[in-house]
Amino acid sequence: MKIIVLVKHVPDAQFDRHLSGGDNTTDRSESILSELDEYALEAALQLIEARGGEAAGNKVIALSMGPAGAVNAVKKSLQIGATEGVHLSDDALAGSDAAATSLALAAAIRHLGTDVPADLVLTGMASTDGETSLVPAQLAERLGLPQVTFASSLELDGGKLTARRDGDSHADTVEATLPALVSVTDQINEPRYPNFKGIMAAKKKTITTLSLADIGVDASSVGLAGSWTAVETAEVRPPRTAGTIITDEGDAGIQLVEFLAAQKLL
Amino acid sequence: MAKVLVFIDTPGAALKKSSLELLTIARSLGEPVVAFNGELQDDVAAGLGAYGAAELYVPAAADLNDYLIGPKAAFLAAAAETSGATVVLAENSAEGKEIAARLGIKLGAGVITDVVAVDPDGTAHKSVLAGSYTTTAKATTPVAVLTVKSNSVEPEQAAAATAPQPVTVELPADATAGAARVTARNEKAASGRPELSEARIVVAGGRGMDGNFGPVEDLADALGAAVGASRAATDAGWIGHDAQIGQTGKTVSPQLYISAGISGAIQQKAGMQTAKVIVAVNKDAESPVFEIADFGIVGDLFQVLPQATEEIKKRRAGH
Ligand SMILES: Cc1cc2nc3c(=O)[nH]c(=O)nc-3n(C[C@H](O)[C@H](O)[C@H](O)COP(=O)(O)OP(=O)(O)OC[C@H]3O[C@@H](n4cnc5c(N)ncnc54)[C@H](O)[C@@H]3O)c2cc1C
Repeated sequence: MKIIVLVKHVPDAQFDRHLSGGDNTTDRSESILSELDEYALEAALQLIEARGGEAAGNKVIALSMGPAGAVNAVKKSLQIGATEGVHLSDDALAGSDAAATSLALAAAIRHLGTDVPADLVLTGMASTDGETSLVPAQLAERLGLPQVTFASSLELDGGKLTARRDGDSHADTVEATLPALVSVTDQINEPRYPNFKGIMAAKKKTITTLSLADIGVDASSVGLAGSWTAVETAEVRPPRTAGTIITDEGDAGIQLVEFLAAQKLL
Repeated sequence: MAKVLVFIDTPGAALKKSSLELLTIARSLGEPVVAFNGELQDDVAAGLGAYGAAELYVPAAADLNDYLIGPKAAFLAAAAETSGATVVLAENSAEGKEIAARLGIKLGAGVITDVVAVDPDGTAHKSVLAGSYTTTAKATTPVAVLTVKSNSVEPEQAAAATAPQPVTVELPADATAGAARVTARNEKAASGRPELSEARIVVAGGRGMDGNFGPVEDLADALGAAVGASRAATDAGWIGHDAQIGQTGKTVSPQLYISAGISGAIQQKAGMQTAKVIVAVNKDAESPVFEIADFGIVGDLFQVLPQATEEIKKRRAGH
């Protein structure tokens, strides 16, 4: 089977993150493979391993869209175990919102499916920068694929997929037929780390770079020009500062209530 | 006047506060019209009228809840087109955002999520990068789709009530064809506490609870609060995963957030640092949660929480 996993290069959440430039797009220095995408990659690897792995003709393609540095997300995915990597990179893509991003990714996925169509497109539940969760749903819409998002478990039986999805008031079991688009939560598995063997093997794997021309997308339909939303202003929120800190000397519970009363929160 | 379409999905017997908020916002932007899915009970119909819904669209198919996302987006798109609405408002839940996402593609409309306020000209306010920036954004398309967070406005009834009659909207023939089907649904037991994402007060516990959420639940009940948790606590199985707050759980911005036995990792902060007031109880003075707490107590939560609960009860009894 052929699985395409979307991997995003995002600013490391451990550091301060910034918007930059006149168009308020995200500053991508100090970026890493989005940790939420590691769960999608792990799910893909488990699925092909259960089917005889690469030796049986299965493959996992890691696809990332983004500027030059985004190739690092692809490289890391190859070290973890993806079969091959694809980097969609074009200056015109800068500043794409979810609609423009999903347009370009949908075209890239169609392009990668021209010989053998993908059985599954797997993504993380959200990017750790934009955090909107819009792209997986928009990709399903654009590709006309069944959408199984926020899966916390995933099983395949022939051409049928069964997943669990947790909502606020209920947990659902959902079914769809392949090909499908699936986004997975961080509950689905325990992602593996790249080991020495994986890091060495990754050096021999291919990374294909695609431009907009390669996938037949016009520059005006992506990037800031092709986006359907525009950020107009962005202000840094003053960081929270520490308030009063006390050490419990036997009456901290009462002091807590006094604080709440003073704040009119009781 | 421009029409503003509000999506109200399966409310059951009464409209949720978040739906009333959407209707209130819709009136500030134009004429509110409603796309309604589910059984329209009398109280709900009266509520829609009280909040000024001028038109009411219902789907021709009754089984949208048997599928995931796609068919609901198809219904909403049909309702938007029939009504000619220029703004569509939906709830900011995971499902609400995904329906909005697909609707955006169907209508060629920009989608803005996590909105906390909308100006009369359609400018949306939200915060990004885990609360480090506040931004304004606008859809550049003829129709805008916005998902609005709970507690963004005070619900207000319309000056004059309406009595809209349901208008049936046909769905495209292929609306359910390629959709994932829900084959089993397990309803979760209702806690009787406020819903986490709507609550005014949240009391959350972490690994420091050591398997016993009793002190957090008792304090929450004394305060009329919702109960939340860190991922360490939900992963340990001490409380359901739907209580998780943070990057991969819920984002809350209550008036008051009480954090107990939680260290304050970046992924936890991402879900709560826009709370108005933060109180932290942790026995380790070095915990990062103290960097953002308005009131921090270095102490054992098993002493501090029960004492606070008792004191609240005592004060209530005295009044
Ligand atoms: C991809 C990813 C996503 C994640 N998403 C989330 C998320 O959405 N939400 C989330 O919360 N985490 C998330 N995490 C996990 C996060 O990194 C932390 O591991 C987690 O928040 C730690 O939970 P904790 O603070 O309860 O536990 P710990 O870090 O173990 O802290 C426990 C705290 O309790 C204190 N304590 C212990 N006993 C007592 C006592 N008797 N009285 C008072 N204090 C006591 C200790 O001093 C300590 O500070 C995510 C991690 C990853 C990798």
